[in-house]
Amino acid sequence: MILWLQSLGADQQVQLLFVTLFGLLLLVSAGAALHALRERNSLQEDTHQRFKRELRATWMGAVVFWAAWISGPGGATLLFGVISFLALREYITLLKTRRGDHRSLLLAFFAVLPLQYLLLANRNFDLFSVFIPVYVFLAIPVVSALAGDPERFLERNAKIQWGIMVCVYGLSHAPALVLLDFPQHTGRGAFLLFFLVMVVTVAKIAQTVASRRLRRRPVARHIDRSFSYRAWALGTVAATLLGAALFWITPFKAGQALAMAAIAAAAGTLGEFVMSALKKDAGVRFWGNTSSVTGAVGLLDRVAPLCFAAPVFFHSVRWYFQLKP
Amino acid sequence: MTRADAMGVLLAFIARLITGAQGHWKGCPPKAEQRIYFANHQSHLDWVLIWAALPRELRATTRPIAARDYWTAGRFKHWITREVFNAVYVSRARTADQDPLEPLIDALNNGDSLVIFPEGTRSNKGAPQAFKSGLYHLAQQFPQVQLIPAWIDNVQRVMPKGEVVPVPILCTVTFGAPVSLTEGEDKRQFLARARNAVVALQPGATPEVAAA
Repeated sequence: MILWLQSLGADQQVQLLFVTLFGLLLLVSAGAALHALRERNSLQEDTHQRFKRELRATWMGAVVFWAAWISGPGGATLLFGVISFLALREYITLLKTRRGDHRSLLLAFFAVLPLQYLLLANRNFDLFSVFIPVYVFLAIPVVSALAGDPERFLERNAKIQWGIMVCVYGLSHAPALVLLDFPQHTGRGAFLLFFLVMVVTVAKIAQTVASRRLRRRPVARHIDRSFSYRAWALGTVAATLLGAALFWITPFKAGQALAMAAIAAAAGTLGEFVMSALKKDAGVRFWGNTSSVTGAVGLLDRVAPLCFAAPVFFHSVRWYFQLKP
Repeated sequence: MTRADAMGVLLAFIARLITGAQGHWKGCPPKAEQRIYFANHQSHLDWVLIWAALPRELRATTRPIAARDYWTAGRFKHWITREVFNAVYVSRARTADQDPLEPLIDALNNGDSLVIFPEGTRSNKGAPQAFKSGLYHLAQQFPQVQLIPAWIDNVQRVMPKGEVVPVPILCTVTFGAPVSLTEGEDKRQFLARARNAVVALQPGATPEVAAA
């Protein structure tokens, strides 16, 4: 089976991947549609609605991913640039800013974001990795100081810097995986991105399921009532095993795939934990609750694990395999 | 599609890209009835936001109010208010023999819906100022037209006074239940009630500090 898969060309493998992915989704959707015919009480109705929302989000994610692949590296960069923009927009909406931040925000949205993705499209990986942590790190507070508002200066700048790091820097590393060239593995960057997304998603799902079943004492109840060390470890282990099982679609050997999956899964789930702390700080209980809070749309919630996992994964891979762009 | 239609589509797209322009129809569904929407006024973008939050088929018959001296001064400004938004022009300079509400009354007699900002001017204090009496006179003369309160949230952060480039921040427009003039209600009472109806639509969880 695996030998047959390896005998296919890169393109055919990717096509097979999408056929499998969409086939699975179709099966789940069909099952859900049949299930919807049954009568339910209000509690089940609630769960069902939530499941439907999640399913729709997964469909969206799969379609975005497919669009990223068929449109090539340029298209993938553009697509993730747009997602970055939307995520940053949501982040800034929720974390209140002051008048004096206006120019800094303009810089973030209309200069930093496009430049970061341009560097990526040009494959300037060295500048791409340091552009935001080094140059933008200075530029944002300079513009902010020029606005002349000293009130809570550190806090306001930290908010903007963080938003840029998470929504632009972090997320831009996902399409960067597509552009990374392994020797003897050209044209298969999409698999690396798929590997990352699968591992992170499975870690998240396994962690949620584990915390439902185990009902352990939460580590930090004021931040996340469902986060416990054991549930987190179980989620990470499940994702790691999946990653190891998927090694044949990546340029890694089985052991390497195991280690990389562990890194990605741990980074993704911990990143999500950090994000829920951020939500609590911003005073948002639920994402996607459009009726009570302006701006909570739910996109950020979906991409947050990827935002944290992608740079860690990207730089681990690049450093370990000594890849030259 | 004419140039004006294309411009309208483009502007609505930009408004959605920058602000999301989500319309929350809490008190009434978006319907093709004759209505007067009245809302809080914090920014030049307010009108565009309400307009973009409306379903496309309602946009053509829903008209803003524009000051004649300012919005007919340049060719582009005149074109965009006349052709794209189909604005009702009012003159700010008051003359003795003319009712300032006359153009609005003409538009309502014509069957169009209007969007008005009864504060008369932009406020950036968070809570809206007292309403001007125009709303009361229109309510008296057109009892069959629905008066819909609307709260526009967050828009002052998108483009604070004095800035020209908008920052992408999500905004919502919340439409409430219709308010109507009750029997024997005087002007002061009605205007206070209308203002409270607008304020009550403010998303509860949003802290006031944001407005600063």
